[in-house]
Amino acid sequence: MAGILTPGTTAPDFDLPVSPDKKLSLKDLRGKPVILAFYPADWSPVCGDQMALYNEVLPEFKKFGAELVGISVDGAWCHAAYGKDHNLHFPLAADFEPKGVVSRAYGAYHEDAGFSERALFVIDKDGIIRWSYLSPIAVNPGAEGILQALEDLEK
Amino acid sequence: MTKLSVAVSAKDHRQGDPDAPCTLVEYGDYQCPSCGQAYPIVKRVQKHYGKRLSFVFRNFPLTQMHPFAEPAAETAEFAGANGKFWEMHDLIYENQERLGDEELLPELAKQLHLAPAKLLEALESREFEPRVKSDFSSGVRSGVNGTPSFFINGQRHDGPYDFASLVEAIDGTLES
Repeated sequence: MAGILTPGTTAPDFDLPVSPDKKLSLKDLRGKPVILAFYPADWSPVCGDQMALYNEVLPEFKKFGAELVGISVDGAWCHAAYGKDHNLHFPLAADFEPKGVVSRAYGAYHEDAGFSERALFVIDKDGIIRWSYLSPIAVNPGAEGILQALEDLEK
Repeated sequence: MTKLSVAVSAKDHRQGDPDAPCTLVEYGDYQCPSCGQAYPIVKRVQKHYGKRLSFVFRNFPLTQMHPFAEPAAETAEFAGANGKFWEMHDLIYENQERLGDEELLPELAKQLHLAPAKLLEALESREFEPRVKSDFSSGVRSGVNGTPSFFINGQRHDGPYDFASLVEAIDGTLES
């Protein structure tokens, strides 16, 4: 694998379903910092759940005016059920058809397993990647790196 | 990323000697089943080390997933303001499966001779929310990624938290 996209790279645009009847494209978020959190699957074990953690930290992300988008290869209906169950307050994009195409564009697709890697990107208001991080698939990377990257954007 | 960002201080809830050679910090959620499982293990670890270990509990409620975690955390803080943090902390974990019962927290207050009406007032006015939030923020900044998360002398413990694993990690710290 070539590895995930690195700081300084223009973030590849995407246009993905975030609900059964709504799509979100990266360029719609231009003007604000964006956090892209690729993750393997909805419904992973509960207490160490990365998306549940980010949901709690969302107010801190918002202090930086940042938008958070979770991305996995799960379909829109799966995301909808998962988001509802976990009471998530941010969009989950479905990299479902063609499967994993956005994850691949970011270098964040696990070919053997057939799902997204656990990869984080902080993109600035002009659409340039400013920080990226690839976590081992079984390790929830937490939120500290994201917060630090958002802080660094303001410097 | 894996170090405690806010050092243990007098503001913390601590059991044991502040000068003990080892301090174990837990970030926990009262509604989290894994924290419920860790509760008796920590007790055993404390017993095992006696005076050589002090234990600190900090709040890390995942409030969107665990709707009863925040009121439980604020209830423990309320008890703490009345000198009974650990009594309440223990009672909540021992009654974790009843957290959804709205009678539970006032009932526990009563058991500890704290006025249930005062507790409900404190929960209503969110008197202890800032304290819980400040613990949560310090956890996020320390790289807490789920609950329970343990720190041994300020270093995150990344392994499992069964008795043997915690003892092994603490022994390692004590020897170094």
